[in-house]
Amino acid sequence: MSSDTTPANGLMQIRISGAGGQGIVLAGMLLGKAASLYDQKEAVFTQSYGPEARGGASCADIVVSSGTIDYPLVEAPDVLVVLFQEAYLKYRPTLTPGGILIIESDLVKPPDTETDHLALPATALADELGRRIVTNVIVLGYLIGKTDVVSMDAAKQAIETTVKPRTLDLNLRALDAGYDRAKSGA
Amino acid sequence: MTEAVTVELEARVMTGEHFMLGDHACAEAALAAGVEFFGGYPITPSTEIMERLAHRLPRVGGKFVQMEDEIASVGAIIGASVAGGRSFTATSGPGFSLMMENIGLAAMLEVPIVIANVQRAGPSTGLPTSVGQSDLLQARWGSHGDYGVVVYCPASPQECFDLTITAFNTADQYRIPVFVLMDEVTGHMTERVVIPPEDEIPRVARKRPSHPPGEGTYLPYKADADLVPPMAHCGEGYKVHMTGLTHDERGYPALNAPTHEKLVNRLVDKVRLNAEKIMLCEEIGVEDAETVVVAFGCTSRSARRAVALARARGHKAGFLRPITVWPFPETNIRRIIEAGHIKQFVVPEINLGQLRREVERLTSLPVKRINHPGGAMITPDRIVQEILS
Amino acid sequence: MNVTPASRETVVDSHPADGLMRADRLPHILCPGCGIGSIAHCYIDAVARSGIGEDRHVCVSGIGCSGRAAGYVNVDSYHTTHGRAIPFAMGIAVQNPSLVVTVISGDGDLTSIGGNHFIHAARRNVALNVICINNFNYGMTGGQAGPTTPRSAKSSTTPFGCWERPFNLPHLAEAVGASFVARWTTLHVRQLQDAILYSMNKTGFRFIEVLSPCPTGFGRPNDIGDGLTEMQNYMRRCVVDEDADLRDTEIDLTHPDSRIVVGNFVDLDCPSFHPALTEPPPPPRSAAAWAAVRPTQFRAS
Repeated sequence: MSSDTTPANGLMQIRISGAGGQGIVLAGMLLGKAASLYDQKEAVFTQSYGPEARGGASCADIVVSSGTIDYPLVEAPDVLVVLFQEAYLKYRPTLTPGGILIIESDLVKPPDTETDHLALPATALADELGRRIVTNVIVLGYLIGKTDVVSMDAAKQAIETTVKPRTLDLNLRALDAGYDRAKSGA
Repeated sequence: MTEAVTVELEARVMTGEHFMLGDHACAEAALAAGVEFFGGYPITPSTEIMERLAHRLPRVGGKFVQMEDEIASVGAIIGASVAGGRSFTATSGPGFSLMMENIGLAAMLEVPIVIANVQRAGPSTGLPTSVGQSDLLQARWGSHGDYGVVVYCPASPQECFDLTITAFNTADQYRIPVFVLMDEVTGHMTERVVIPPEDEIPRVARKRPSHPPGEGTYLPYKADADLVPPMAHCGEGYKVHMTGLTHDERGYPALNAPTHEKLVNRLVDKVRLNAEKIMLCEEIGVEDAETVVVAFGCTSRSARRAVALARARGHKAGFLRPITVWPFPETNIRRIIEAGHIKQFVVPEINLGQLRREVERLTSLPVKRINHPGGAMITPDRIVQEILS
Repeated sequence: MNVTPASRETVVDSHPADGLMRADRLPHILCPGCGIGSIAHCYIDAVARSGIGEDRHVCVSGIGCSGRAAGYVNVDSYHTTHGRAIPFAMGIAVQNPSLVVTVISGDGDLTSIGGNHFIHAARRNVALNVICINNFNYGMTGGQAGPTTPRSAKSSTTPFGCWERPFNLPHLAEAVGASFVARWTTLHVRQLQDAILYSMNKTGFRFIEVLSPCPTGFGRPNDIGDGLTEMQNYMRRCVVDEDADLRDTEIDLTHPDSRIVVGNFVDLDCPSFHPALTEPPPPPRSAAAWAAVRPTQFRAS
């Protein structure tokens, strides 16, 4: 799939991986929705199913493109987010050489050979906002800040049309927190 | 819980732009098509269709029933259809196998029904959560005896919506079972789905008796010139009799070869003679193509990419996608062959060579196969290799 | 049956049941001495007396001799696949609850190949009136054993006698939740007519087992003689016991003096299955709930 992943055709493959309960499916869904409905891009979202999605590591995959997306699956992500040690072991080999690796720095301990990656203490940042449940949205904000794959406006609209009204404010603050962290250079 | 549960009514048609799962788009289409009855049994990877309807159908005044198995599911939707409602079920491989007996009944009684089959990898339990495309021939030939069906193969959530609407119209127009043959990848992918306003959803009504009961003679199986008889529903006073036995125009059993010949030929000809009207096919760049890749469902997405990549490398490649795999778009294939440029076909499919048979019977040119028994998609690069080799 | 030349002449212009019979389908396929015609007539009689318009009655059958019953009654009628009459009928009944849907089919069709559908429709209390014609064998295909073939009875697939325990259908129907359960025979024409008529006006899943002679498939290999002999056996063996413990109503023909218990055994008022959640679901069948509704309200006179 190397032919599809060249930046020239404006196509980006993103994989968000973690464990059950970390909200990776919602993060992937929000990203795809933001691109597809509010940024006038094309997006496909897929996820792990079945026993593999229940225990251990699973992933949410998003392909975003300015043009038509034919092949819908992510095989070699340009961006890999890892929120869980087992997910690191499972999905790190799939990352495109030279791709962006984002790691939950409190939960994932990569080997010393893993020098070139972005460290994000997403869970701790969520705790600072008072609710660990928004870890996934912090990750989403950070991802956007680092890649500009979608606009923040689009991401906000996706959140507004998806989450329960009583959690909207919290989620929007989480998005900003992740985004600001990315833009602050961390 | 003994309190009455009140269900808040919602709009039938979710007009607007959605980022929607393929399975959910199929369910929303069933609602938009006016489905009144769903009877089904949960099975991966079609379950999301059923779950969506469990939430939504009662809220539009419809009836959702979780049946005891897939045999009963088809039985119940045939019953609901003869009682006048558009009816629907959804399943996957093992359930589709169980449905075959009553699919034959629907064909023989000429009762319109629609079944979505989200294909997974078989045989038997196989890979329940992974993609397959190996129910292609079963969808056409699975029940015993000869009969006609129409099978639509969506390649995106948008098409899951659009083709499910079309499926209901085709079922009612020809009084046949119609299948929406999805696959795990298409059913489990989320993409943009645009649902039009309710008044823009095409609706073909069943042909109904031309006069009230008691006035003149209504023969339930006397077909018009289009080979389709008008359909009376139970409770309307026509006192119809329908039987899975070979029957005459009155619907009465007539167990002899001439009646059987007339009836079964008509069941097949309803689709065969209307095939040109029913067939749907997408073509890209076939006019000058030396290689045409023929693919359906999720594999067509890889094929479309592969053809673009091969063109970029200077090879004259074309793309042909049967949207109705049955009736198979023979006319399109024949036209390409007659144009004289074509040197080879390439047929990638997630089975061990089912669509390939259809292409092979139409041509003496080489038909290259790319097969995988299921569990993974065929990649564009793999198809490019075959085009260029 | 002795048919004299004179009896072939038209004796009367019409029969009271003409309007509800598909006279243009006669002659029928049933053997001399078969009980299915009597049962079809009991159904027709009940339709006529039901006070419910003929257009609102629907008859659904499966496959087999009993499954042909739907073909002779002049209401909307559907002859479906083997064992699948109940789900087909359920689709009709749920889609259009104003219809009175009766399933007439055989013991093998309803309780062997269709057994799963039977227990689940009863569990849900679907608004169906199920008449199970039990002739103890598969008659259409030439007298094979089925799930109701009594112990030691011979058939073409039990040439040394049946080794299996048969279903006790009233007990089964009660256990899986039927609202009305009765057993009669073709000898008990009046009681059967009344039971069918009564059940037509009830809600929920109603089950009537009718024992019926099959001189060809069951009588011949078991030395019963003709259909009349089988009727005489019913007369000799049957006892009406509407308070019977349904665990004790299994049919045993191994002893000449064993009894066949008949009657209207279960009669509950429970709302019919309705999938749209517009009615409260029925309470669980606790022992107290059973006590509140028994003894049966409807009794044979």
